[in-house]
Amino acid sequence: MDMLIQEFFNFQVMARVWPMILAGLIQTALLCAVLIPIGIAGGIGTMLLATSSHRALRWPTILAIDFFRSFPPLVLIIFVYAGIPFLGLQVPALAAISVAFFLNASAYFGEIFRAGMKSVPKGQVEAARSTGMTAGQTFLYVTFPQAVRNVLPDLLSNTIELVKLTTLASVVSVPELLHSADLARSLTYNSSPLILAAGIYLLVLWPLVRIISRLEHRLR
Amino acid sequence: MLMSSSPVASQGFLLEALQIRKTFGQTEVLKGVDLQVKAGELVFLIGPSGSGKSTLLRCCNRLEEPTGGTLKLNGTDLLARSTDINEMRRKIGMVFQSFNLYPHLTVIGNVTLALRKVMKMPKAEADARAIENLKLVGMAEKALSYPSQLSGGQQQRVGIARSLALNPMMILMDEPTSALDPELVDSVLEVIKSLRDRGMTMVIASHEMNFARNAADRVVFLENGLVVESGTAEQIFTNAQHERTRQFLRQVRH
Amino acid sequence: METWNRFVFTFFNADIAWRYWPTIVEGLWVTIAAGLLVVVTGVTCGMLLASLRTLGIRALNIPIILFVDIFRALPPLAIILVIFFGLPNVGIVLPSLVVLWTSLGAVLAAFSEEVFWAGITSVPPGQWMASRSTGMTFGQTLFHVILPQAVKLAIPPLTNRTISITKNLALGSAIGVNEILGQANSALSMSSNATPLTMGAFLYVLVFAPLILASRMLERRYQWGGH
Ligand SMILES: Nc1ncnc2c1ncn2[C@@H]1O[C@H](COP(=O)(O)OP(=O)(O)OP(=O)(O)O)[C@@H](O)[C@H]1O
Ligand SMILES: [Mg+2]
Repeated sequence: MDMLIQEFFNFQVMARVWPMILAGLIQTALLCAVLIPIGIAGGIGTMLLATSSHRALRWPTILAIDFFRSFPPLVLIIFVYAGIPFLGLQVPALAAISVAFFLNASAYFGEIFRAGMKSVPKGQVEAARSTGMTAGQTFLYVTFPQAVRNVLPDLLSNTIELVKLTTLASVVSVPELLHSADLARSLTYNSSPLILAAGIYLLVLWPLVRIISRLEHRLR
Repeated sequence: MLMSSSPVASQGFLLEALQIRKTFGQTEVLKGVDLQVKAGELVFLIGPSGSGKSTLLRCCNRLEEPTGGTLKLNGTDLLARSTDINEMRRKIGMVFQSFNLYPHLTVIGNVTLALRKVMKMPKAEADARAIENLKLVGMAEKALSYPSQLSGGQQQRVGIARSLALNPMMILMDEPTSALDPELVDSVLEVIKSLRDRGMTMVIASHEMNFARNAADRVVFLENGLVVESGTAEQIFTNAQHERTRQFLRQVRH
Repeated sequence: METWNRFVFTFFNADIAWRYWPTIVEGLWVTIAAGLLVVVTGVTCGMLLASLRTLGIRALNIPIILFVDIFRALPPLAIILVIFFGLPNVGIVLPSLVVLWTSLGAVLAAFSEEVFWAGITSVPPGQWMASRSTGMTFGQTLFHVILPQAVKLAIPPLTNRTISITKNLALGSAIGVNEILGQANSALSMSSNATPLTMGAFLYVLVFAPLILASRMLERRYQWGGH
């Protein structure tokens, strides 16, 4: 028991590495603040392409969505980060994970938004257009808000997945939260920094997980 | 087949529920209700919405646990610890307002499930028994359909066949026709009538007053968790003793 | 043209591909075996936990909900690192493949418990009543009446979840599991060429694209209704 506490819940170690962990946390927060909006925007763009009335736009988009959904994000990151330099181009780690993130998030968000748009009854468009609204206005004020509401749990849940995905940046040495914690672990020969990081992820993501559960049961 | 399953306890009661009480949290929904049913009898349970009809029926096979009272089926104490309630439930059929057919099983699958799992019948025998009972309700041709492919009236007849197939001593029915379109009601009432003619004991909560008048042996009027009045159909419909009963009957007729 | 040749040489180098093909295919078998382990244990445990939750015992439900919430909230890589680096220091040494399996298995168990539970709670209560009224026991009702309906509701979301969690097998490369990405990575450093990575990526798509397509077809079919 003592050994467990010593190894996993050693508050002295936690206090000592706190500055490192905090720096990592800030880096993670920055990553999320930049990547999540980009991912959502990419998702909306992807959805617009995937629901377009032009086959030439629709099919390649759907193909791309499925392609990037079957690609483990880590493989994507490594591919960009470790592969491209062999061409003689230097790729900063941050750029590598941004590209990988963007492709992955656009595919998943795109698919969610698409399901949302499909769940809005056709009559809604007809009603809106009959009052003289343009296609754009109809989308913006009538169909899209309903679509978002219908897939809110999925959107939230994918956002959580994205936050969790930022940990992959540690593999290419971006000093985000998990990377700092792992570095602190190897410096202190103690796992408490990892537990501290896990605790921070829990603290932030657990409320969201609860909210999703609530939402899902309410919708039923 | 049906006749043989009905017990011969001609004197004494087949179902004897005395002073049944049921409380949900703070509210007492049943305040000491007596319901005694003789073999072969068709008892109608009437009363305003919220009076406790469904709760009383569900207490009779302990789908709701009564909070007080005694409950006997053919002399067996249903509330005793030593009683195997699942074995007894098999002997008390139940038919629901919303049919509650299993949507993932075919019609015959719905009827045979308990035959095979509760009575441990081999498949061939269970199938034969199911077809026999589906014939009684006129649904044998639909044996391989799924519930979603049937009309409400057809679904309810399958629901009746499902409980009938277990050879129950009696059947409880909770508003068996009130979820049905008017033109489908008769098909179900006919089945109920044919069961009565074959001697099946039934307790039915229903608002089908005309049917009650024609077919019921006894009518029990329930209000606020208490039996206000009970008697033959003739007595209740033409000569009710309590003003409250007469008032209720006037209301439901219009 | 020069750039094009260089691109082909770097990412689609036939010589390199020929040389490292066996190494990377070895990784493929590891990925497939680990994937099957994760899926079978994860989904089975998820269904067991959801079934236990139907009993409505508080002392059981609280730990189940805690487990589910925590493993839904934690990043899989964090779980993997804690188990991989933490346990040896308290005297428990697990092979890296086992660490990968248990971590992802637990994550999948958590997510599938949630999906199955949602399925179970959306089966109308009348189904329980109808079944119990015919004398079926709690267990028989759960097994023959409730779960078949719950599973049907659960299959589309569960397939998607299972795929996205199983893709995390690539994280095994971070703790030295010789799955596809791990093998590709070491081939990459040995050959100083990106072709092994292309092959690894190709194999991942080869494994997961059919699953993604299958999940699309499932969703279609379920939308059309039927049985
Ligand atoms: N599970 C429950 N929890 C709390 N209250 C309940 C529950 N079930 C029934 N009740 C209450 O018990 C009372 C009687 O309900 P019950 O369903 O037995 O009435 P009923 O006579 O069948 O009415 P109806 O004709 O509308 O079907 C109602 O006030 C109802 O709100
Ligand atoms: Mg009722």
